[in-house]
Amino acid sequence: MLFSSRQFVDVIVAAPVGRINHSSAGELEGALAPLLEQTPSGKGGLVLDFAAVDYISSVGLRILMVAAKQMRARGARIAVAALQPVVAEIFAISRFDSVLEVFPSVRDAVAKLSPAALASFDAK
Amino acid sequence: MKRIRFWGTRGSLPVSLTAVGVRRKLVTALRGASGRVFNSDGEIDAYLDSLGMAVAGTYGGHSPCVELETGGSEYVLCDLGSGLRPFGQAAIARHGPSSPQTYHIFVSHVHWDHIMGLPFFTPAYIPGNRVHFYGCHPWLEAALRRQQENPSFPVDFSYLRANIEFTVLMPGKGYDIAGMNVTAKLQRHAGDSYGYRFESNGKSVVYTTDSEHKLADPAETEGIVEFFRRADVVIFDAMYSLAEATTVKADWGHSSNVVGVELCQLAEVGHLCLFHHEPANDDEAISRILEETRRLEEITRTRAPMHISAAYDGMEIEL
Repeated sequence: MLFSSRQFVDVIVAAPVGRINHSSAGELEGALAPLLEQTPSGKGGLVLDFAAVDYISSVGLRILMVAAKQMRARGARIAVAALQPVVAEIFAISRFDSVLEVFPSVRDAVAKLSPAALASFDAK
Repeated sequence: MKRIRFWGTRGSLPVSLTAVGVRRKLVTALRGASGRVFNSDGEIDAYLDSLGMAVAGTYGGHSPCVELETGGSEYVLCDLGSGLRPFGQAAIARHGPSSPQTYHIFVSHVHWDHIMGLPFFTPAYIPGNRVHFYGCHPWLEAALRRQQENPSFPVDFSYLRANIEFTVLMPGKGYDIAGMNVTAKLQRHAGDSYGYRFESNGKSVVYTTDSEHKLADPAETEGIVEFFRRADVVIFDAMYSLAEATTVKADWGHSSNVVGVELCQLAEVGHLCLFHHEPANDDEAISRILEETRRLEEITRTRAPMHISAAYDGMEIEL
């Protein structure tokens, strides 16, 4: 699974690519682990840019939930942004849209998590 | 096997429609009928059919009891929830009280909602009948006896005058019972539960309730997929949403519609039947979940379409 990340002050924006299914979910988990450690405690957080994710299975959603719990324990937040229509439906049907913060765009998510990061995000 | 007949489909606790719920359905139906003219019973039926289960029906409230009609003369049931009572009454109405019958009952586990129907199962009180219980828990017989002990119930188990038998099955081993090949599989649930795969005459049905499928372990997932493999029907515990099963209700021992679709797609199942409905969900909620599950199957489909239904008391599935 392709995976890239960028940092904007106290917010990391990470962008997985492709299908997050039973065979690739482990790669997502492995890629997220160091980012969860890098995210500053007590502020900011992690934004997952899902613009290039075209499917996510229950295993992938569970990984997001575990990540959210870890982030909450550190006083930080996790958000998911820019869902493709099919993925947005999966979030709605699974009710994950009610337990994770979901935003229409990455910019909206960054703005919600950290005004300081938004300025950096807009500058780039 | 010829068909599946559902006598109890609700999980955890039996429920019933309330007067308020019936009135709400009537108001919706009458509002929809305003200005219409019905010239025959057929037109009335067609109108009611168009309203769907949320308005013109109900998923019902008995706890789990599912009949597998084998085509033979002996009855086969999965679980003895409160749905066992109407099943027993129907069997007596069909044969009369003095015509001995044989009942094979496979028990997923002995939590109360899955055994509460036995004290009200009239055929078990009638001499000459044969009631044969199968399960993988060694304490199956003790649990059934205990629920009828004083002070929990006024009629002791010893008053069951039918020929009562118990057989403890070994998971993973195939058994020939009532003309079918039956295999049990251990499932994740408090105190353990067991799913059953039934095969006969080229048809296969999997009854898998009270099972939490986390799908976190690939080997475990593959084992479940093999158990489901190309089954004609999988009767699946879809009690919670995936979000509930992953958060506040994690480790409560139940699964979701989303996991049901994924496992059945992987196993190339023909028909996924949502079962063990959450008691807090009314008919509108279950209908909505059914539609969403069908949509999920549609947008994630990689092979032939899979039929999806939501079980209701009285529903029949032809095999």
